[in-house]
Amino acid sequence: MDFGRTMKYQREAEPDWPHQLKQLPGCERLFSCIQCGKCSGTCPLSIYMDYTPRRIINLVREGFRNEALSSKTIWLCASCYACAVHCPQDIHITDVMYMLKREAIQHQMYPKRFPIPVLAREFYDLVRKRGRSSEFWLVLRLAMKSNPLILLGMVRTGFWLIRTGRLSLRSERIRGVHQLRRELATPKEAQ
Amino acid sequence: MARIGIYVCHCGHNIAGTIDVKGVANYAASLPGVAVARDYKYMCSDPGQDLIKNDIRDHQLDRIIVAACSPSLHEATFRNATAQGGLNAYYFQMVNVREHDAWVHSDKAAATEKAKDLVRAAVYRVKLHKPLERRRVPIRPEVLVVGGGIAGIHASLSLAAAGKQVYLVEREPTIGGHMAQFDKTFPTLDCAACILTPKMTAVRANPNITLWTLSEVVKVEGFVGSYQVTVRHKPRYIIDDLCVGCLECVEACVFKEPRFSDEFNVGLGKRKPVYMPFPQAVPQLVLIDPETCIEFKTGKCKKTCVEACAERNAIDFTQKERLETIEVGSIILSTGFEVFDPHRIPYYGYGVYPNVYTALEVERLVNAAGPTGGEVVLRDGRKPKRVGIVHCVGSRDEHTNRYCSRVCCMYSLKLAHLVKEHTDAEIFNCYIDMRTPGKTFEEFYNRVGEEGVNFVRGKVADVYPDGDGSLVMQVEDTLLGIVRKIPVDMVVLAVGLEAHRDADAVRRMFNITCASEGFFVERHPKLAPVNTFTDGIFLAGCCQGPKDIPDTVAQAGAAAMEAAALIDKGYVELEPMTASVNEEECSGCKTCIPMCPYSAISQKADVKKAFINEVLCKGCGTCVAACPSGSIKQNLFEDEEIFEEIEGVLAYA
Amino acid sequence: MARDYLYFPGCSLKATGVAYEESMQELFRILEMPLRELEDWNCCGATSYMAIDEESAFQLSARNLSLARQNGNSDLMAPCAACYLVLRKTQDYVKKYPRVHRHVAASLESAGLPMMDGVKVRHPLEVLYNDVGLEKLESKVVRRWRGGPVACYYGCQAVRPFTEVDRAHNPIRMDEIMKAVGVPTVDYSLKTKCCGGALTGTIHDVGVRLNYLLLKEAARKGANAIVTLCPLCQFNLDAYQVEIQKESGESFDTPILYFTQVLGWAFGADPRKLGFKRGIAGRKLLKQWFAEHAEVEQYV
Ligand SMILES: Cc1cc2nc3c(=O)[nH]c(=O)nc-3n(C[C@H](O)[C@H](O)[C@H](O)COP(=O)(O)OP(=O)(O)OC[C@H]3O[C@@H](n4cnc5c(N)ncnc54)[C@H](O)[C@@H]3O)c2cc1C
Ligand code: SF4
Ligand code: SF4
Repeated sequence: MDFGRTMKYQREAEPDWPHQLKQLPGCERLFSCIQCGKCSGTCPLSIYMDYTPRRIINLVREGFRNEALSSKTIWLCASCYACAVHCPQDIHITDVMYMLKREAIQHQMYPKRFPIPVLAREFYDLVRKRGRSSEFWLVLRLAMKSNPLILLGMVRTGFWLIRTGRLSLRSERIRGVHQLRRELATPKEAQ
Repeated sequence: MARIGIYVCHCGHNIAGTIDVKGVANYAASLPGVAVARDYKYMCSDPGQDLIKNDIRDHQLDRIIVAACSPSLHEATFRNATAQGGLNAYYFQMVNVREHDAWVHSDKAAATEKAKDLVRAAVYRVKLHKPLERRRVPIRPEVLVVGGGIAGIHASLSLAAAGKQVYLVEREPTIGGHMAQFDKTFPTLDCAACILTPKMTAVRANPNITLWTLSEVVKVEGFVGSYQVTVRHKPRYIIDDLCVGCLECVEACVFKEPRFSDEFNVGLGKRKPVYMPFPQAVPQLVLIDPETCIEFKTGKCKKTCVEACAERNAIDFTQKERLETIEVGSIILSTGFEVFDPHRIPYYGYGVYPNVYTALEVERLVNAAGPTGGEVVLRDGRKPKRVGIVHCVGSRDEHTNRYCSRVCCMYSLKLAHLVKEHTDAEIFNCYIDMRTPGKTFEEFYNRVGEEGVNFVRGKVADVYPDGDGSLVMQVEDTLLGIVRKIPVDMVVLAVGLEAHRDADAVRRMFNITCASEGFFVERHPKLAPVNTFTDGIFLAGCCQGPKDIPDTVAQAGAAAMEAAALIDKGYVELEPMTASVNEEECSGCKTCIPMCPYSAISQKADVKKAFINEVLCKGCGTCVAACPSGSIKQNLFEDEEIFEEIEGVLAYA
Repeated sequence: MARDYLYFPGCSLKATGVAYEESMQELFRILEMPLRELEDWNCCGATSYMAIDEESAFQLSARNLSLARQNGNSDLMAPCAACYLVLRKTQDYVKKYPRVHRHVAASLESAGLPMMDGVKVRHPLEVLYNDVGLEKLESKVVRRWRGGPVACYYGCQAVRPFTEVDRAHNPIRMDEIMKAVGVPTVDYSLKTKCCGGALTGTIHDVGVRLNYLLLKEAARKGANAIVTLCPLCQFNLDAYQVEIQKESGESFDTPILYFTQVLGWAFGADPRKLGFKRGIAGRKLLKQWFAEHAEVEQYV
């Protein structure tokens, strides 16, 4: 048996972090949370999470950045916004989750070959290059970068999609690709 | 040359922390006409006031300025000190360097400069002050109490006991309010009827109280000491003096069975078109509901009720609405609250799933005199084996009401206890925070816990039907950090307390204020909790904010005392800041007349000039600004005084 | 002349959701509301962009909105719930946050595009509800629905913050529309629970389990089919039924339809143009329902 300690020293917290996050769009009301748990109660995925959304909010608020960023929760969040419309304090929890995903990706704080950030990254690059995504290419690249075996499981689905004419093998590309790139290249303002 | 005394208050750290008070006093001493300038820790204290009095004597001062907090707090204090020192009380000017300066600025040097500017302005203006006298008007000894819940009942009885005449106006057919609907009351679990009914009958029996049910206030005119109030009496279709409350008419009604939704039982029971709201109703009179009575609908009823009433002859289908005007000296508002309508939160399924109830409905179910005779049964007659209680329904939520309704945690504990006692069901109280801050409340919580009620800390997110006909409450147990699905047979929604839908109309009529949530606003949250900003109008009970019965009764007693004190004083003093018309200059254009919010202006018929009734004038200044010929002046706000003040503030060195 | 509607198909409507596009075009043709596809649109960025780089996500949407503006249209219809939400969220944030506004404005400028003010992003469900109205929809019905009760499934992003499709809690417009055209609906308590979106592709087991719950509840309520308004919902519920059947041991063969398909059918459209044959699950049932039409084999 493995007996890890669960207590936290205050020095492990990064108390400035939540105050920085509070400046970001959608995260303003972070500190208004009353820990009622309605977000977790309404979240269709909370039952699979290591920390429920409520606990994530509290981890963030208390500055336990490591725990929040390396949680499975943020990747299980499907961005369905159920929590956001239920929260009695009008906290945009979905935006907080997005913010955590961004920070985790930026600092590579997710398990290796973890499919979600891989998918997000592939998708990101594809759209950047071509202006549109193609589900077929996406799935292929995702599989190659995370776990090629998942392709096996998809054979049947793939067969049906081809049969019903729903799988487009064409890789789409918009005419205004250069225009789009110019737009995306516009630098952000410094915070 | 004036001889002015100036006093700059530290207010502990409040002012002195931001403003260099010594610097301001030194600067003031240099201004022309200033004879004495001091700073002091707490000017409002006795030694502070003595400073003023002694200086008037020792330095022959003739004008006083205090630079301190808001005039709404201590202007009266310093005017008194000025008067006690031997000057006219209005030879005084107050400068607000706390709320208007120290509290709103952080730059100390700039705040100090601002204080100097404000003090200088006062020096310029105070020289022009004229001696003024307060007027006294007699006060009428009657009190109007609006709303006959426990607050109104208690206030009326207290006043009556002190020998005052009371009019108690209630819009429902009986007094009692919400409390009459409860079975037991937390935290002591005494029976609501046992403690309330004696007070209700005492109201009816007391010769000092005139009780009007089915009545509403429709118009209020006048001012403290003398309000003219118009009351509308709705027809009961029963002659009060002839009805003995025997209920034979109800028995005899052509409807053999009660068929119509019964308001007192919040729709869980049925009544006939002629009915008594509940057996202990006060007054003990029946009433006829014209919406459901056949005689009113078709005019062709057999009127078996009239036959049954026989020689008592108390039924009168021809009664009409009636207006009546009374004169009172002061008014207590005790209009109570409404419970939150849970239809507004669709995911709790109220009105969709029959076994979702409001707490008020469950109060009726556990009540021995309720629609089920005190049996807690579901709409299909089953006894619930598991019951979920959802706290904070409509409270503590940005989408509904942001405030905590304060009594629902406690009444949820009470209902948990009562339902368990009646059914032995397993109970789940789902709460966000358990709020039990009253005397013996925590002990009550512990007791309910020991009785085996389950407490789940989390706000219920969803209520949905399970396959087998029961309901599932989905909630995160935040103490465990996991989501639970709790199957129950009955869901009780602990609905919050809200201001009445018509609270805004009522507050306009009585010329008081409402906060954004709709509850009436007290003059000061700590020091004047039953007063309003309108003199002579007091608040009691839940119309001022959610509270429990002990607090309601305490507040009602306090409001009664305030009203009684006013009456016993015998007169009210009116501030002299009234406006008056210079008849020579008035052109008789009548511009001012409709502007006055207090209807204090009329036109003198003989000379065709405007005339301001000093007693009605509140000194708001509207007419002064509106008069095209500038012929209205207002005491203490004369043009020269204001212009000098402006000159003063702008005359920086 | 009837006004024309500019629409933003998004990547899904060109691939797995092609039946949505086909049926929507046919439906709008019948209603004499010409559709025009936004020219050279780009991907909306969906949830992935928000998760990597929020500002780029806003830039992607901004280009589409700006193109719509250039087209001189004030309405842009986005049938995919994810596109709809991202476009509206972008507008909302541009309005609310000066920093986002400045960045989007600068980005559009360097791409030589005009600022995107004044475009109203709409969803076809809400267009039918508001611009056409239940009465008119009812009057267009020529075919009787033989499929029995359906469950209207709104999913998540179409009815959450930023939207005007319907209210977030207990939306009812799709149910009202279905009833208006003679399709009975069941009280589907999971109508706004999420299908998992892209989770079926990433954390597959969890994603599939969500869809199992949705299918099971619909069946329990007596629904013969589920009607959706989003290509991702349709795909998730449709494509994994065989797998769900294997895992759960319960049998599912529920047709997952777009509301546009059902309406098209009711209004007498040529069924071949409604993309029924593109569904994976419930093909047998569909064949039964439509059996009275001789050419049935060709379109299911
Ligand atoms: C479900 C529930 C259970 C509760 N249980 C307890 C308990 O166990 N113990 C406890 O201490 N507290 C309890 N409370 C709180 C308690 O109900 C209140 O403290 C108490 O009723 C307040 O009395 P009130 O007179 O201010 O208001 P109300 O009881 O609301 O009475 C107001 C009266 O004014 C009348 N009225 C309103 N407007 C007008 C008008 N314009 N003109 C004339 N008349 C008007 C109304 O008809 C009513 O008769 C409970 C509350 C709820 C909702
Ligand atoms: S619903 Fe809102 S207030 Fe409640 S725990 Fe979640 S984030 Fe906090
Ligand atoms: S008293 Fe308790 S149940 Fe009522 S609103 Fe406050 S916290 Fe919620």
